Formats: sequence, C-alpha cells, structure tokens
Amino acid sequence: MLLHDTAIVFGRYARQTLSSKFQILFGLLMPLLYLFFFGPLLTGLPLGSEGSSWQVLVPGLLLQLGLFGASFCGFGIIVEKTYGVVDRMRVTPVSRLALLLGRVLRDALLFAFQSVLLVLAALVMGLRAPLAGIVVGFLFVGVLSMSLASLSYALGMKANTPAEFGPVINALTMPAMLLSGLMLPMALAPGWLDVLSHFVPLRYLVDAVRAAYVGDFASTQMLYGTLAALALSAVSVTIGTRLFARSGA
Amino acid sequence: MAIISTAGLARTFRTKRGPVEAVRGIDLTVAPGEILGFLGPNGAGKTTTLRMLTTLLPPTGGAATVAGCDLVRDPAGVREKCGYVAQSGGVDPNISVREELVTQGRLYRLTKAQAAARAEELASELGLDGLLDRKCAALSGGQRRRLDIAMALTHRPALLFLDEPTTGLDPAGRADLWDLVRSLRDRHGTTVFLTTHYLDEADALADRLVVVDHGTVVAQGTPAALKERYAGSATASLQETFLAITGRGPAPVDTTPVAV
Repeated sequence: MLLHDTAIVFGRYARQTLSSKFQILFGLLMPLLYLFFFGPLLTGLPLGSEGSSWQVLVPGLLLQLGLFGASFCGFGIIVEKTYGVVDRMRVTPVSRLALLLGRVLRDALLFAFQSVLLVLAALVMGLRAPLAGIVVGFLFVGVLSMSLASLSYALGMKANTPAEFGPVINALTMPAMLLSGLMLPMALAPGWLDVLSHFVPLRYLVDAVRAAYVGDFASTQMLYGTLAALALSAVSVTIGTRLFARSGA
Repeated sequence: MAIISTAGLARTFRTKRGPVEAVRGIDLTVAPGEILGFLGPNGAGKTTTLRMLTTLLPPTGGAATVAGCDLVRDPAGVREKCGYVAQSGGVDPNISVREELVTQGRLYRLTKAQAAARAEELASELGLDGLLDRKCAALSGGQRRRLDIAMALTHRPALLFLDEPTTGLDPAGRADLWDLVRSLRDRHGTTVFLTTHYLDEADALADRLVVVDHGTVVAQGTPAALKERYAGSATASLQETFLAITGRGPAPVDTTPVAV
C-alpha cells in the first residue's frame, strides 16, 4: 500500500513538474555558471587530488546542485499549505510517509535529470571520467537530494512563511557548501579547516564522488561516502516523516 | 448511534510562555444526518476542535468517536469516512480541475478508471460541467468552493466537515452553497459539521447549534430553543442570542475573497 500511495503522490508532483520547463531547467543555472566561468580557471592548477580539474570540479557541482536544490524544496510546501493542499491530503487515508516520499522521489529524479544535463555540458567543456563513476555520481546526487528534501519539507511544515524558512536554510547550506570542499578539495585547506570539515557529512559524499570520477571504487573515500550517504538518508527520512506527521501546521 | 461523540476532548499547546489550553474539554454528540452549526467567538477553540476531529491535530486529553472510529486509536478509519473542506480550500490554482479531482480519487484508493469516472460524476453533480479542463485558478469564488466540496465528497463520506464554507463568497454564492449543503443532507443523508462566523448562515442551515467559548461548550440546542432560552423569545435574532451566551459578538467576518 505504501508503494501504491507513494506512486500516486509522486505522479501528481511529477506531472506538475513536467508542465513547467522553467522549474526543470532553472535549478541548473548556478552550477552551469560555475562550470563555464569558474571551471576554466582551475585548468592546470595543482588541486591536491587525482585526475583533471574537471574531475575535481564536476563532482562538487553535482552535489552543489543537490544541496541547494533539495534544501529549498520546503518553499513549495509552504505555498501548498497556504492553498490548503497539504491539509487536504493529510485527511485522506494515504500514509504520512507516502505523502513525503512521493514529493521527495520527484525531487530526487528532477535533480538526477539536471545532473545528467550538467555532466553533458561538462563533457563538452573537457571532462573525461569512467562511465561507472559518472553513474555513481548520479546515485549520490539522488540520495543527497532525498535526504535534504525530506528535512526541508519537514522544516517547511513547521515554518509559517517563506520569510521564516529562507534565512534558516541559507544559514545551513552556506557553511555546508564551504566546509565540505564542494568547490575545491579540502586537501588544499589548512589543518584546522580540514579537521572541521570532517564534521560535515557532505564532505564524505564529495570525496566519494571525486574518487568515483577517477575510477577509485575500492577506496576508503568510497566506503565512508557510501556509509555517510546511507546514514544521512536514514536519519533525514525518519526525522522528516515524524515532523511531517506530527506537524499541526 | 451518534456519528460524532466526544467526552472531555482537549488540546493544550506548549508555548514558550507555558501551556495554553486551546480546548479545555468538549462534550458533544452529533446525530447522523444532522447539520450542526459550531459557533464561537475568536479564540474559542472552534478551529482546534475541528482540526482534532478531522485527525489533523492529535488531542492531548479526552476521547472521541468519529464515524464509528476511535479518533486516537484509528485515525485512518476516521479519514476513510469523513470529508473536510478547509477555510482556505484545498486545490492548487495551477493544476486543472480534472487533475485535482482524479488525484483525490486515487488518494482514496480508487482505480484510475474509477477516479476518472468519479471526477465526471462529481463535476456534473456540483455544477462544474465544462470546467474540468480549466486550471483551478480560472474558477470563480463560488465554483472554487464547489470544487473544494467535490474533492471532499470523492469517497462519499457519511460526515462532512465544513470550515467557514462561505467566507469570501457574494450573497448569491452563499445562497447557492446553502442549497448544496441542504441537498447533500436531503439526498445522501450526509451529516454536516459546520463552523461559520455568519450567524444568519447558522440560523438558516443548522438543525442544531453548539456554542463554544474558552475551550468548552457553553450552550447547545436548536436555534429556536437557544433564542428562547438566552434571548427570551424564539423570534429574537441569533446575534442577540450569541451576545447573551458569550458576552461577545461573533468573530469578525473575514471578507477576503477566496484566492483565485
């Protein structure tokens, strides 16, 4: 029944997304700007990592897409609350988990699709990486998106207005971006910053995707990244569902 | 057997300033097929009670049976048998009427074919023929309200909760909606639990009124009985009666049009 309910909720939101090309493509703007205008600056620089500068930058941009895209998903549910759509769905027999998962799966698929477009653009710019590594990168974007979207929806259920929600998300995403080595590897950082970054789960995902992009699938980075992604998704979906179900908003 | 029965139903909110008892203990019964008007001044606990009865908010005290299901132990059962129309409505303006009605049917576990057929049936029954492929945003306030009610009737509920259903509608739209509510009861035997700030609406529609204040029931009875008892005459206005019961007027009417 959970699968059936999730599929129905997913279908509704997927059809809504498909009807808006703007929504599908707009999220790509920031990573594409980094790819076109920041990527060429890194060519030939020693980045303290294996592979070309594109193999370092593109994994970071993929996870940046997931980080910023998914973290702001909660805005949508604040709008839906004002329309009464959330309450309407919460008084149907559909499980609370399905109401969350259907939305989250749509988001994960949207960001995975945007990731494909981003990688295609990166290939044109000069990226060369093993196909398996690229696929692993998409999986990590999907898991990160599901995790952060779950938390974002839960927070959106708690917030009354976008003005309450936006600053909280900004305050969380900016440090996560800077401390996870999304733009440049933390190997370049002074010791204290490197130590600090190990407390940010996103760092392990970034390191894992960079390892996948140079074909290093049996590395400790890959192991830690996988474990961090699984833990993050389990904790996020659990918290998300509980808050989603409990919220009297 | 009552379709709604509550005993000491209560909800306390924890706030930074300490606990706030929004509903202190509601005792009421609603008979099947009844149209019940649930009235009270602002902050009386109407909305909190309604949100508890529709499973949107868990109670912190007391007990309730709604449509034969225990509110706390079997909220899913309550959801299967009740319909709810919120004051703000419940449709996305950017989605078509058909999409919303079909999705609602699917959420109530109808097959695709059943949901599509039910959407057509509801559109016809509620005067939304020819509007199925329009965006919800393109509907008038009255049509939008009818759509909200159609959504709540998808699964043919025995009990319908309406929260301020005519807020923002013009007089013709309100009269139209009153007819609809009466016909639901007369044709399908649907029980209607209605909150409203319009006392004329409560007077015209409700078989029985329950007045709440400070989180408890302070008066209940037929409109005529309440007028007789509190205002001294069965021909008194409900406004006078309400003032006599609560010492305050009803909450000001929000005349904001339904968002389109």
